[in-house]
Amino acid sequence: MSIELVGLAVLMFAVTYPARAIPLLVPRFEHLPPRALEYLRLVGPAVLGAIAATEVLIREGPDGSPVLALTWEAAAVLACAAIVAWRRNLALGLLVAVVLIAVLRAAGIA
Amino acid sequence: MTGIVVSAAGFGVVFGLTARGAGFSLVEAVAFSTIVFAGASQFAAAGMIASGFGWPAIVLLTGLVNARHALYGAALAPWLRAQPRSERAAMAHVLTDEAFALSLVHFRRLGFTDRRGYWIAAIGGVFIPWNLATLLGYLGGQAVPDPGMLGLDVVFPAAMAGLAVGLATGRREVVALCAGVAIALAVALAIDPRVGVVAGGLLGPAVGLAVPRRNRDVPEPDELPAEPDAFARPDRSEDGMLP
Repeated sequence: MSIELVGLAVLMFAVTYPARAIPLLVPRFEHLPPRALEYLRLVGPAVLGAIAATEVLIREGPDGSPVLALTWEAAAVLACAAIVAWRRNLALGLLVAVVLIAVLRAAGIA
Repeated sequence: MTGIVVSAAGFGVVFGLTARGAGFSLVEAVAFSTIVFAGASQFAAAGMIASGFGWPAIVLLTGLVNARHALYGAALAPWLRAQPRSERAAMAHVLTDEAFALSLVHFRRLGFTDRRGYWIAAIGGVFIPWNLATLLGYLGGQAVPDPGMLGLDVVFPAAMAGLAVGLATGRREVVALCAGVAIALAVALAIDPRVGVVAGGLLGPAVGLAVPRRNRDVPEPDELPAEPDAFARPDRSEDGMLP
């Protein structure tokens, strides 16, 4: 059984734990400049959106270069995002996205 | 708290399935959920491993995705500063989105620090369900012959998009999200998707900061930590019991 990725987990912990611990252990961390705190707050939506978009909208073209691709998977992801925006319910959004793709694939469309 | 437990468990099952699909061994999947214990970055890493990303890019993105935890710690620091340093160090490892939300709301409702309540929320409400569900999802994946036909491969990008939308609670967040997506796609097409994600994650917030904040963008007190109200010191601090 492989354990190679345990090393990656430890490295991920090494960059995650300080973000969690420093504010609790370093006195007065909450008094960072407001712009710095605001920047940190905006990182979440930006990076998660960037990951989702490149994951479903970028494919490898015939010559190996990245190309923009509008797929059913992208539509399912968009549906999930719309449901979360509307109902604030991630579980429901994921369910709709998965069912949509499963149905489309079973029908031979996606 | 039941909703949080169900959510953590459901998401954990999907992570177990995703990890299995990405080629993780059982030990590796469990190690991710216990050592990293940060859902969004675990999903991101699983997807990136399956896509052939190198470890440095995964670690960098993990740091970016989890940078928001600093805000949770900053918001809870005034409530927890009376606890022993060693306990605060342990509390930090289980400080997730859900644990933060549950404990901050709980402390505010009580008006004082309830350290036992924090542990119940963080460990009982999230850590245990998340890890048990990871195990269940991974082992249950053996019974799923072709996860692709079930559409499970769309869970990762859908979860990333859903979490991003969930965090976009004001004009600046929406602009940061849109800018992050646009920059990521442009750079991905021009250079490489991996570079695009990093560029979008770093530059998107800078674009968001350039947008004036509207008064009505200020979240409700229990939504986000980076607002003045969230840093208000508690009136008193003492160990307490859950109501």
